[in-house]
Amino acid sequence: MTAPIDTAVAEKVPRSNTGLLALYRQMRRVRTFEERVGELFVRGQSAGSMLHLSIGEESAAVGVASLMRDGDTFTTHHRGHGIFLARGADPNRMMAEIGGKEEGYCRGKGGSMHIADMGLGHLGANAIVGGGIPAVVGAGLASKREGKGAVSIAFFGDGAMQQGILYESMNMAALWDLPVIFVCINNQYGMGTRIEQATKGRALHERGLAFGLNSETVDGLDVRDVRAAAGRIIDGARGGTPGFLAVECYRFFGHARMDKSPYRTPEDEERGRAKDPVGFARKALVESGESSEAVLDALDAEIAREMDATIDFTVAAREPALQTMFRDVYAPGEPEPESVAARIDRILAGD
Amino acid sequence: MAEMTYRDALKQALRDAMAEDDTVMVIGEEVGRYGGAYGVTKGLYEEFGPDRLIDTPISEPAIVGAAVGAAMSGLRPVAELMYVDFIGMTMDQLGNQAAKIRYMFGGQVGVPMVLRTQGGTGRSAGAQHSQSLEAYVMHTPGLRLVMPATVSDAYHLLRQSLRQPDPVVFIEHKALYTMKEDVDLAAPAPEWGKARVHRTGDDLVIVTYSRQLHHALAAAEAMARKGVEATVIDLRSLNPLDFDTVRAHVERVGRVMVVSEGVMTAGVGAELSARIHEECFDFLAEPVIRVCGEDIPISVSVELEKNSVPTAAFIQTAGEKLVGLRSAA
Repeated sequence: MTAPIDTAVAEKVPRSNTGLLALYRQMRRVRTFEERVGELFVRGQSAGSMLHLSIGEESAAVGVASLMRDGDTFTTHHRGHGIFLARGADPNRMMAEIGGKEEGYCRGKGGSMHIADMGLGHLGANAIVGGGIPAVVGAGLASKREGKGAVSIAFFGDGAMQQGILYESMNMAALWDLPVIFVCINNQYGMGTRIEQATKGRALHERGLAFGLNSETVDGLDVRDVRAAAGRIIDGARGGTPGFLAVECYRFFGHARMDKSPYRTPEDEERGRAKDPVGFARKALVESGESSEAVLDALDAEIAREMDATIDFTVAAREPALQTMFRDVYAPGEPEPESVAARIDRILAGD
Repeated sequence: MAEMTYRDALKQALRDAMAEDDTVMVIGEEVGRYGGAYGVTKGLYEEFGPDRLIDTPISEPAIVGAAVGAAMSGLRPVAELMYVDFIGMTMDQLGNQAAKIRYMFGGQVGVPMVLRTQGGTGRSAGAQHSQSLEAYVMHTPGLRLVMPATVSDAYHLLRQSLRQPDPVVFIEHKALYTMKEDVDLAAPAPEWGKARVHRTGDDLVIVTYSRQLHHALAAAEAMARKGVEATVIDLRSLNPLDFDTVRAHVERVGRVMVVSEGVMTAGVGAELSARIHEECFDFLAEPVIRVCGEDIPISVSVELEKNSVPTAAFIQTAGEKLVGLRSAA
């Protein structure tokens, strides 16, 4: 893509997922969204303190999601905002869910760590490390039966590489030739524990190979590399050979909002943050002449406005009505659980 | 009417459900070629093939987790957990995923799966293959819990479980598989979630479920020979729980025993006892008595095992104490 782009760009930036500019745009959207999540928390509008930002991991989210199609499904871990956004989520409804509001994807009941959307094939974020992984085996069974080439992708962090459920799931996926992919976003930290403190086996793709999966490890610095590797793995899965992809990243900030990262030094962080997929893509766009600082500034400003609006949307959104508390424990039409207060009143009414 | 075993009734329920709905599939250890550790699925592999009876590696958490994902993707999986004692292995997928997905996701999707398993004593299977862990399940909102005691219920409750929109944990009793009964599978199914009153008497009420129904009925017959008449209620399902039926009989009779094979402390009996005390307080002539498993692991020794859980004789003795020795009348 060499055509010059004027500064009124934002609407003209191609929304197809192919070129670097489009990938940059999505990565910037992820980063800016995450920054706004942090602001929402600071403003006291977030429903919880359990907010895990994916800043530094944008290439993994965007590189893989850019290859997903209608009908594909996925699960994410607790640090999954970027993946869902890159897959096409409405950032307003995402932010409202993080704020615990009725307008959110899950009507305020799920929040950051349990966001889901069946429309986009998001089978759910998960707050249990590894907890969302085996669902893609089941989704893969369903997809294989249907025979339309849809894949199901489990996203998780390096922390889950030490959970047994991953290996049970990889084994089943390989055994049954399922259209399933396991994507480990290795941000080097499981909460405060560096991967070197968690395992000796740090060539993560070797674990996939051991189960007979197409497996690669890719550096997350250049989203084009991630996308290329993901393309190989996903194509394999669509053809019936499941895969594993590890994307090497760096978690720019603490585990959650309250974590000031006492387990690493500012020097460590500076070194780690050199692996910045957003900055790298921006530089590459300018240096190649594919874009310019001015164009990208305008794009960034447009994205900032889009993401600013998510906070306004969330602040204005409604709290779920109290009576919705008992809804959706069971299917619609089933009796809802009786509240403790109602039960007490009923018991004592006879006296 | 035809004579049938509990095992064959379960198999027939699976067969009929699979024939009727091609999204129904069975997934678990030894469910296909082997035919199930207790033979429940024997023959179904030949009938329905490897895509409908999926033999798995020994990976209980992923079996349940795969069933969750399949259920969210339009299939109706029956995951088999060979022993309920392994439920701890699967508790994340069952308790954190299956049970909560509809709620966490704001009602977008349900998890219409059945987890078939079996529990209880009776085969000298030891401390890790003989437990009654239904309280673990009952303690988790979002999970239905069904425990059939009769051949007819084995068939009908499994068919009904396979039509539920929410996850059902279906716990069979290992000592009942060879039990025979004349059943008419074409007869109308019982109402889902409704207890069955097997016997009506005015001296005490025995509330029970699963295999202890048969011990309770034997005890009731023995007591009847001494002039003590018991009402015996089989709950059939613990979620939904038909407390209306329990309440009606407790209020009429005023003396109640809750009989369960699970250990006493914080168990199903504790929950039932608490509810009866709360809701029927003015009608009770005596405290509710829990006749439960002892608060100990199960031994391999036949004698120790047998006496770790209620026997018919033990239930009878407890019942006679409740109506006689401690009677206020």
